[in-house]
Amino acid sequence: MKYLILIQSNERSLAVWETLSDEQRMEFGRGHLQLTEEMTKAGVCVASEGLADPSLARWVSVRDGRTVASDGPFAEVKEHLAGFYLIDVEDLDEAVSWAAKVPDAAFTQVEVRPVLDMSGWEF
Amino acid sequence: MRRFGDFDTCEDAVQEALLAAAQQWPAEGVPANPRAWLITVASRRRIELLRNETARRRREDAVRYEPEPVPASAVDDSLTLLLLCAHPALSTGSQVALTLRAVGGLTTAEIARALLVPEATVGQRISRAKQKIRDSGATFKLPPPDEREARLTAVRQVLYLIFNEGYTASSGARLHRTELSAEAIRLTRLLRSQLPDDGEVAGLLALMLLTDARRPARTLPDGSLVPLAEQDRSRWDAAAIAEGVALITATLASAPIGPYQLQAAIAAVHDEATRAEDTDWPQILQLYGMLHALSPGPMVQLNRIVALAEVHGPVLALAQLDLAEDDTALRGHHRLAAVRAHLLEKCGDPGAAHAAYLEAARLTLSAPEQRYLLARAAALGSAGDH
Repeated sequence: MKYLILIQSNERSLAVWETLSDEQRMEFGRGHLQLTEEMTKAGVCVASEGLADPSLARWVSVRDGRTVASDGPFAEVKEHLAGFYLIDVEDLDEAVSWAAKVPDAAFTQVEVRPVLDMSGWEF
Repeated sequence: MRRFGDFDTCEDAVQEALLAAAQQWPAEGVPANPRAWLITVASRRRIELLRNETARRRREDAVRYEPEPVPASAVDDSLTLLLLCAHPALSTGSQVALTLRAVGGLTTAEIARALLVPEATVGQRISRAKQKIRDSGATFKLPPPDEREARLTAVRQVLYLIFNEGYTASSGARLHRTELSAEAIRLTRLLRSQLPDDGEVAGLLALMLLTDARRPARTLPDGSLVPLAEQDRSRWDAAAIAEGVALITATLASAPIGPYQLQAAIAAVHDEATRAEDTDWPQILQLYGMLHALSPGPMVQLNRIVALAEVHGPVLALAQLDLAEDDTALRGHHRLAAVRAHLLEKCGDPGAAHAAYLEAARLTLSAPEQRYLLARAAALGSAGDH
């Protein structure tokens, strides 16, 4: 079963970030690197990335066959996706135990979402 | 477990009738209706099973422990490997990957494509699994006799998981996933060649063959799911059905009964109906009743209620569904909502069915299933407008 662990950046997480010392911030970054390594070693990591600042985002739409890419309405956005871990584990309990190791969980919170799969059933 | 007194009496009566019919058959005669024969044999086996269970307990009380000698010459490496790959120290994900690598001979890249995870992830999973086996002190030999049956159960489960990984694929890397089902069938045949007298191995192989036979009719070219009742049965694989039916029929008559055999028998009854309306639901209900007694679980319970609706009507089935909801394993499960929607629709309550389909669609983790449930809800929504 695949699960996506989502790390959001919002006013609350930014406020927490402001209170951290340089050393704590370094520790935070190392925590993410270590977690990725631990997930990889355990054979559960499918993909994990941190995302660049939303000011670098482009909002893409296609109308009448024409692609339009514009700077997003990021000024109004109070929350954005800052990073994610896509893992493949046995069940939700195991996914939650991995999510608990994400450094952000100790300060704010992270979200665990099941990924839709292609299974089906018959009755 | 047995709290539905009225329905039980009903089912017991069906069983009595079947047993009576069985006694009228000549011992060596081939029955005219193989489906009826199938279930009757199953019923008889159940009674034998219960008797054997009582006798076994008595024996165990008398003799504390007497391991059965395993003839070393009767087994080769593949069986040893299968048993080793199902080592209890491993997670099921690791058991699956290791079995495909060590017994199936698939490359890490092939396994990765089939399981839809990166190659490096599979590589890690396999090397970690090997390390864990080493750490546990297990060696390349058969597990001790007292662990053998539990390990065999795990092997069957791993093979069934591999089969399902392939069978449930309906889009994307479909081709590679289909190969996974073929591989599971191949490995189960291999296991059966090693253990020809194991009824549950035979039952598992029959179940795979009878399920896989429906694959051509199971999805539309766009990847959407076709429920069993609406499948074009002329597209089913007749050769696979014939092999599966012959296998499960012979097995039910000779081996101690088990959950895979019962599931195969249910699949056989479905597969032998040329039209959905010809399905022998009383037999299916009977078999689910036995499966529920032998190996209870939330899915068995739900499928039994679906069969019950076909035999005794949706109103009685809905009443049982309400009782089943008390089971914590079922509460909040999307299939409970899906079955409820199905039964409400049959009851002629499109409004409530519509809501239940939407709830099921919200709760499912399967993309094709979600699409199917939303389509059912939409169909009811537009019907309600008229």
